[in-house]
Amino acid sequence: MTPFDIAIASLFLMFAPVILAPCCARSRNLTIHLSFSLTAAASLAAVIAGILCVHLESTTSAVVQMGLPDLPFHLRLDPLAGFFLCVIGLLAFFVSIYSIGYVKAMPANRPITRFVVFFCLFIAGMLLVVLADDAFFFLVAWGLMAASSYFLVLYEDEKTENRRAAYLYLVIAHVGAIAILLSFGVMAAQANGFETFQGYTFDAMRATSYPLGWATAAFLLSFFGFAAKAGVIPLHVWLPEAHPVAPSNVSALMSGVMLKTSIYGIVRITFDFLKEFPWWWGGIVLVLGLVSAVLGVLYALMQHDLKRLLAYHSVENIGIILIGLGLAMIFTSFHLPLLASLALIAALYHTLNHAMFKGLLFMGAGAVLHATHERNMEEMGGLIHRMPWTSALFLIGCVSIAALPPFNGFVSEWLTFQAFLFSPALHRPILSLLIPLGAALLALTGALAAACFVKAFGVTFLGHWRGHHHIQQVREAGWSMRIGMLLAALTCFLLGIFPTVVITWMDVLSRQMVGGKIATSAGAFGWMWLTPYSHERASYSGFNVFIGILAVVLVAWLLLHARKAGIRRVPIWDCGFEKLTPRMQYTATSFAMPIRRIFGFLFAIREESHAVEPLRHAAYPQRLQYRLRVRDRFWGWIYEPLREIAFFLARKIGNLQQGRIQVYLLYSFVTIIVLLVFLG
Amino acid sequence: MIVYSFAIEALQLLLLLLAAPAFAGWVRTVKCRMQGRSYAGIFQPYRDIARLFTKEVILAENASWIFRFTPYLVFGVTVMIGGIVPFISTDLPFAATADVIALVMLFAIIRFFTALAGMDIGTAFGGMGSSREMMIASLAEPAMLMAIFTVSLAGNSTSLTRMVQVMAHGEFVIRPSLAFALLAYIMVHLTETGRIPVDNPSTHLELTMIHEAMILEYSGRHLALIEWAGQMKLFIFSTLGIAVFCPWGIPASNDLLAIIGGGALLAVKLAVLGVILVLIETGMAKMRLFRLTEYLGSAFLLATLGMLSFFILE
Repeated sequence: MTPFDIAIASLFLMFAPVILAPCCARSRNLTIHLSFSLTAAASLAAVIAGILCVHLESTTSAVVQMGLPDLPFHLRLDPLAGFFLCVIGLLAFFVSIYSIGYVKAMPANRPITRFVVFFCLFIAGMLLVVLADDAFFFLVAWGLMAASSYFLVLYEDEKTENRRAAYLYLVIAHVGAIAILLSFGVMAAQANGFETFQGYTFDAMRATSYPLGWATAAFLLSFFGFAAKAGVIPLHVWLPEAHPVAPSNVSALMSGVMLKTSIYGIVRITFDFLKEFPWWWGGIVLVLGLVSAVLGVLYALMQHDLKRLLAYHSVENIGIILIGLGLAMIFTSFHLPLLASLALIAALYHTLNHAMFKGLLFMGAGAVLHATHERNMEEMGGLIHRMPWTSALFLIGCVSIAALPPFNGFVSEWLTFQAFLFSPALHRPILSLLIPLGAALLALTGALAAACFVKAFGVTFLGHWRGHHHIQQVREAGWSMRIGMLLAALTCFLLGIFPTVVITWMDVLSRQMVGGKIATSAGAFGWMWLTPYSHERASYSGFNVFIGILAVVLVAWLLLHARKAGIRRVPIWDCGFEKLTPRMQYTATSFAMPIRRIFGFLFAIREESHAVEPLRHAAYPQRLQYRLRVRDRFWGWIYEPLREIAFFLARKIGNLQQGRIQVYLLYSFVTIIVLLVFLG
Repeated sequence: MIVYSFAIEALQLLLLLLAAPAFAGWVRTVKCRMQGRSYAGIFQPYRDIARLFTKEVILAENASWIFRFTPYLVFGVTVMIGGIVPFISTDLPFAATADVIALVMLFAIIRFFTALAGMDIGTAFGGMGSSREMMIASLAEPAMLMAIFTVSLAGNSTSLTRMVQVMAHGEFVIRPSLAFALLAYIMVHLTETGRIPVDNPSTHLELTMIHEAMILEYSGRHLALIEWAGQMKLFIFSTLGIAVFCPWGIPASNDLLAIIGGGALLAVKLAVLGVILVLIETGMAKMRLFRLTEYLGSAFLLATLGMLSFFILE
């Protein structure tokens, strides 16, 4: 069986529950087990197909006689598609296992079939996006992915908040899709003119060389479209609205892999179709990546809704991926294949890593959500005692995303830093400014992300329970949810300590896209060392770091426990106050206060506090009410004016509608006259 | 040969473990002398640690495993870092394990878990310390990275041993970028090791404490490990500064005589550095928390200027 066959088999398996689930809708248990085992199997098949395809460097294409007459669907599995197939499949596999428990624990009055059907369509849509090999099929798959995820966001549709979020998501997804469509139009026209339809295949686009003007138009349009899907600032506003309200397994997929399909799109169009480009394209990508990374993490710090916080972190991580891509584009345009491959591998490795840890974190957030029925971190605390598994696995996700060695987030961030540092003098004043500043901002992002996850983990899992109902009602997540999270955590760990194995496997991507290959290992025990250039310039061994720390910790522990030494448990030292309540702990808002004060100018902050009646004396208020609203400035800057303009235009155009039949007849008459004059 | 270089590595670790409290004691002694107070001698930290190890651990009722695990992890990571920074020789088998970027992130692990441990008990002090520490770190860590990047650009490598070799044995050039980096590094050094003007290691006053607030609930062997690790951190930051900015005298080979000579030179350098630290500390007042933004912001700016000047001038 070739990788392509396996991929097709995976697609069939993925579509199977769409038909089976409505058939066995009567039994909730059966639907859940059957459907999610099928999606798990299908995802696993996709992973195998992806791994094999990249490993064998095979490229297979096929034509399916479906769709419009004379416009058959083209499919193609090449290493780039294989890599993304692997990313999507891997997370979808973990999430499918997790979903068995998660969906079972959903309230019994919710219709399951609808959820299962759209869930399968959603994953299938993502798989088809990377397999599509013509513009038409790509957009169909893109639409399938967007529409099914829209219905999944809307799943709990009794809340106004959810309907609004889903609508916003749909609007921005469509604006983006139009831009992508136009970009394909530009490229197809260059490939084969408008006379025949043959230009719409990706093969034709790949074979064409584009004049700079049209290439730029195609790039800017497609980048706009993909950026809207990826949540690049300033097109990110839908993301922190839609991701939190979707069921958590869907949020995991949306944040973890759906955003990555746009990374796939950008790589496919710039490196595969357009190939030759000026450096400032990369500059645009780099700048937008930096803005997204820094602002994304700062906005995340201000959130106290656990899932919203994670959603803003997706903006940040997409930013980091774009930084890598931007550098790869800059280096490619200066014909530095080695550096370009380093930056590209950094970006793609971060794509894989982010899928794993963000999926893990959203799954953890889902477990917490089910246990506490709460998304607001200010109402949590002390969950580590009630949910030991979830908290430990969530901690691994936090450590990975905060880029701490020896976990995986660090490896890709390290590679991105290396790409910055290896950058030679490029003889462009703007780049000499941009590259050091970029490194500085990336460093800032990493440090802020660590602060944010200390807050997220500390407020949610540590300290005392702050919620209203009793903590005894909080229960650990079920087995399937734990296994799903455990597998994702294990992958994070393995990707962190054996990066060389994966990067060697990914070599073919950089060779095909930018024509260079980074040196991954040197000498004996090559699998241990990550040396992108040479041993002397930089090396890192996650395995040794892990073993070293483990060894010292074990020795210290054994030495100190050789003698039976007592631990005495005592009540908390309250400085003699005796009335400590959980409300006196640091909250998420107070934790982020110093950072809010430093970077306050970036947000629209409204803060008010006033004394509540009854007042015994003006100087001694009994109760204080404190209100804090932190908003994204981009709403006020971009979206509100846009909305105003749209409403204004709508009102003006609305004047045409008079509601009298005579006026409408007049319109038709005038139209016919105009058409006769111009076409006659 | 390999066995020999591992022996040298072990020697370095031993030296780190043993000399770090002495260095902390030296700094304290000089500080006391400078401020006209009586002092307990440079061996007092050993006595403190030894006493703490024998004491019973008192743990809050709701402390989780994070609280108990953190001291061991902090200790382990600190020793790990100590095995990587080349201070007695540049020919260490462990040195290639992590380059400077990884080194900075290893320090970040310590901070991450200490901050979590601070929040674990759920008292306001711990949360306050964690919140402040993470705020400070979010500015100090990038400043540190940028300072180190500037040096690594000059040395054309992020591997520490390579940087040391280039600086010590290469051609001596005065680079403006290194001056910026050095200034930034000193400012970060004071921050990361919790000294005045950022934090005061010898205070337990709620308005001012940062690091002490996070570890307020620790006792017994846990506290001993954290204190010891803190002293090693001071030692490592100082030797790292020496290795990066003033590496002359660090032997490139594992020749025993060279190592002894290098060790003596290192002791002299550290003694001088300790005096400089104390001079800065006694010459300044502790800053108000929100004035730190300017201090750390300027450290970050200086480091970025250093890197910019490298890209533009060199």
